Parts: sequence; C-alpha cells; structure tokens
Amino acid sequence: MRAMIVKEFRELRRDRRTVAMLVALPLLMLVIFGYAANFTVDELRVAVVGDLAEQAEQQITQQVPADAPATLDLVDVDPDAGAQQARDALRDDEVDLAILTGDASDADGGRPTVLVDGSNLFAAQSASVLVAQLGDRVESEILYNPDLETSWVMVPAIIGLILTFIGTIITSIGLVREREAGTLEQLAVMPLSPTSVVTGKISPYFLLACFDMVLVTLLGVWLFGVPFRGSVLLFAIGAAIFLFAVLGIGVLISTVSQTTGQAVQVALMTMLPQILLSGMIFPLDAMAAGVRWIGYLLPLTWFVKLSQGVMLRGAGWESMWLPVVVLTGMAILVFGVAVIRLRRDIAPARGAR
Amino acid sequence: MPGARDLTVELGGTTALSGVSVDLPAGQVTAVVGGDGAGKTTLLRALLGRVATSGGTVDVPPPERIGYEPSTSGVWPTLSVSENVEFVGSAYGLSGDRLRSRAATLLATAGIDDVPDRLGRDLSGGMRQKLGFCLAMLHSPDLLLLDEPSTGVDPVSRVELWRLVTAAARDGASVLMTTTYLDEAERAATVVALQEGRVLASGGPDDVVGTVPGTVSVGDAPPGGRRAWRRGRSFHSWTPDGEEPPGRPVVPDLEDTLIALTLARSEEPR
Repeated sequence: MRAMIVKEFRELRRDRRTVAMLVALPLLMLVIFGYAANFTVDELRVAVVGDLAEQAEQQITQQVPADAPATLDLVDVDPDAGAQQARDALRDDEVDLAILTGDASDADGGRPTVLVDGSNLFAAQSASVLVAQLGDRVESEILYNPDLETSWVMVPAIIGLILTFIGTIITSIGLVREREAGTLEQLAVMPLSPTSVVTGKISPYFLLACFDMVLVTLLGVWLFGVPFRGSVLLFAIGAAIFLFAVLGIGVLISTVSQTTGQAVQVALMTMLPQILLSGMIFPLDAMAAGVRWIGYLLPLTWFVKLSQGVMLRGAGWESMWLPVVVLTGMAILVFGVAVIRLRRDIAPARGAR
Repeated sequence: MPGARDLTVELGGTTALSGVSVDLPAGQVTAVVGGDGAGKTTLLRALLGRVATSGGTVDVPPPERIGYEPSTSGVWPTLSVSENVEFVGSAYGLSGDRLRSRAATLLATAGIDDVPDRLGRDLSGGMRQKLGFCLAMLHSPDLLLLDEPSTGVDPVSRVELWRLVTAAARDGASVLMTTTYLDEAERAATVVALQEGRVLASGGPDDVVGTVPGTVSVGDAPPGGRRAWRRGRSFHSWTPDGEEPPGRPVVPDLEDTLIALTLARSEEPR
C-alpha cells in the first residue's frame, strides 16, 4: 500500500494543473465566498431632482432611519432636472434610485416619488425595504422589473453564460481533439494556409454560439416574459464581440492543452470566476473592491451589464458604449493572441525549407 | 532529386539529427530504420518543414505535391471513410468525378472500399493505417512520406500495405517510409539506418549488409557476453576482426547487420 501511495503522489506531482487546482481552487473559493458572496447592497446611488431637491437632500440625510438596510450616496442633486432626467439616469445605470420632489413628482399632496431600478435586483430589494420604512410619506414605483422577478435579471446573464460555455469549453475541446488524434499535424502539412485552417476551425463554433444565443434569447422572452426593450442591433453587436472574446479564451486554452481532460480542466477554471464574479449571481456593488476589480477584468461581467441594460432598461449606445468598448478591447487582445498561438502551431518551422 | 543533405536538428537542447543525408530518387522506396528515439520521425518532420533545422539543406517538392501519413495514421476519427476522403481530396483541390474515381481505385486496392460509412475511430488498426495511406496517396504526390505505416498492423495487412507502397513507387513517386520491421526494410531499394540521430549505414540492403566489420555467427547454445542476441531458437553473435567466432559464421541479414553495426559502433573508442 505504501508503494501505491508514493506512486500516486509522484504522479500527482507531475500533473501540475491538478496541483494548481488543489492550491488555487481553495484560495479562489475562500476569496470569492469571503469577499464576494454577499447579496446585500448596503449603499444605494441616489439622484434627487425637482425644485425641492435641496430641501429633500437635507431631509434625507436627517430622516433616513437608523436601521435602514442601506446608506444613501447622493450622487446627483439637481433642482433644475425633472422626472425625465431621473428616468434617464436610472436607465443608464448611473443611479439605483431617484427621488422626484416638488413639481417633478405627480404624487398627490406634494409627496415625493421614489423611482427604483428593478433591473438591479438586490439594490432594488434594499431600496424597497427603505421605501417601505418611509411608509406613506413617499410614493414609489419600481421601473424595468416591477415585480422584482429573478428570472428577468438572470435570463440576460444566462445568455452570456451559455455563450461563454460554448466559446470556452466546446471550442477548446474541438481544437484539442484534433491535436489528440494527431490530425493537427496532418492539417499543418496540407496545402491549406494557416489562416484558412484557423478560420475554418473556429467559424462553426461561432455560428453555433450565435444560433444558441438567438434561441436562448427568444426562449427567455417567451417562457419567462423577459422584456426586450432596447436595440436588437446593439445587443447583437455586443454579443458578437463578446463571442470573439470567449472563443479567443477557448482557442487559447486549446493551445496550452494536450488532451481533452486538460482543456476541460482549464476551461472550468476560467469559467468559475466568471460565473461568481461577473455580477450575475452576487451583485458587483456588494463585493469588496479588490474582488470587484477581478470581476471587471472578466468579459462576462461586461456582457451581463450590456444584456441587462439593453433588454431590461432599453439602454442605448450613450450608456452602453463602455461595455462595448471594453469587450472590443478584450476580444482583440484575447482572440489576437489565441490566433497567433494557433497559427504558430500549424505554420512551418522557421529555418526549414 | 528530393532529399536532405547534412541535416542537423536540435530539439530542446539535444541533437535529434546530426549530419543526416538521404536521397529520395523517384520510383524508389527508401526505408528509414532505427530503434525508438533514433530520429526517424524527426527526419520526416524536417523534410515536411515541421521542425526548424540548424544545419544542412532540405530539398522537397511544394506541399501540394507531398503526401504524408503520420504514425497516428492521420485519419479523422469522427469522420467516416468517405468523409475523410472527401475532406482530404478537397484540401488538395480534387473534387467531383476525379476525386471519386481516384478514391475508388485506391480504396479498392487497399481493400477498404466496402466500408465507406464506417467512422475512422471504428476501423481496425490495419484498416485505419491503410486508409491513412490512401489519404496520403489521394493526390498522386511526387514525394510520399510514411511514418511507421505498418506498426501495429497484422501480418496480412502489412503485406497488403507493402503492395500499396511499392505500387506508389512504381507509378513514379519518391517514397520514404520509416519502419521498425527490418524484413520490410529489406525489400526497399535503399535502407538508411539511424542511431541516435546519426546515419549508421546507408545504401541498398545488400550494400548495408556488406558494411559489417568482423563476423556474425550462429550457434545453438548461448555463447554468453553482450555480443550475442537470440533469434528464434538459435543464438547469433558478433565478433570483431581477429577474434574467434563462437559459432558457425553466416552471411548476416539486415537485422543481424544492424545489431552488429550497433555493437561495433558502441565498441569504437570515443
């Protein structure tokens, strides 16, 4: 038995990836669940508009109950702005709730109206508790997701998750299979240009992922009644760019893996943080700053922002340009590096011929 | 003439090939023999431009005129026989009737024309190697490079494979095949024996046999010492010039020759 144990440790030591997983995974879990696993948003971004905005600001700072679930961060107090500006700020995700005062509020008795962004589920729940504590003193309305349906928030994020799954796991398996079977070598010596091999290899996965995206979006809208309020074009462009980024990750994984098992292992290691830190499960606003920044480095985070914004809030280019630009940058970087590496695998060696 | 001259290849800090020259005349089969790690596959990969050379020259036709069967057979496991043929054919610019008739002839000669819908992974080892050979031959290449096409193939399929290889040479191709089976190599026009990346012997099988120094002898009892090896029921041994052979001197075959040459090389003062 001792020989068996020694042999197992020896084999394990040579399998660097498994050792990395043994060390990295507990650390990753600890950090994520310690700093990120928090559903409670305890600071809400607030805009106050209407001609009584400044008085309201003073009232709010004095009157918020001590046991309120969240503190309020007054990011914008503007007596000149009206209800429309407040709604725009909510749509563009600049604030979590907006308080309409004076002439901006059409509630009876001159009471202020509180508008809550329902697409930001956990912030909206904190805000609802706060509004309930204020009782009759304010009128309230939840926008974009009036019933605070979890499925409405999840479906746009799940679309991203499915694209990540196809782009990363399925693509890397498809490419590694070629290496495992020894046919990559065969492709390399055929009179096909490296570009046409790479393009021909990746295009089917791109098309399949596009098909899946349309299917899941339509099903989500149909089964769960998730609204699609924004521009289909903006959504499609964003999704296509995002797809390049995740396909790039898949190709990159295939260039560092020799077997399907290795590829799946690495792909899962890239997917886990994306699922947990992208804001699709735990709200980014509730994470510790360090962990939140890891989230900002992941493509899924930006796609979730984009898909929730476009589908639920009908956000347009003026507020969604940032996710699109960030995703474009990531796609160019990751896909570029991946294609260069894959080309290097099949291009003739220098100094030969 | 296609081939390589004074080829040197370094792989990961070690010399995989050192000053290897090989000529590949049209219409002839050249067999590269040698043990595991002798440099056979590296030589093929250098000819294909898949490894960087640090010295010497390689002269081969353009990629579209080369046919290559890797040791893994190069058959796509999740494509059927006819899909494999179709894909490789189109990569080499063959299509329609030309591809169909060429494939039909090759597959029939190889005896695998009755399973067009079977997946590559479901073929037996011998059938897969034969399909790999057909794929490499599909576009009638000028240079055919075969990496251990017969390893793991049953004796009957080996005979059929060899028939295909000689037919390819007869049709005018330069054929280079690596093999660990010396009875196969004996049928080639030229044998190149590699050991530790160097050419141990090269020439026609008879010429190579003639290069053995000393004597090869056969006896019925083990003579002892590290200069003896067993073949079937008898014991063969090699003795350097000037020493008394322990058994009956014989004219060595290729297998004896290569073992004797390896022993002689190992006893040379370094």
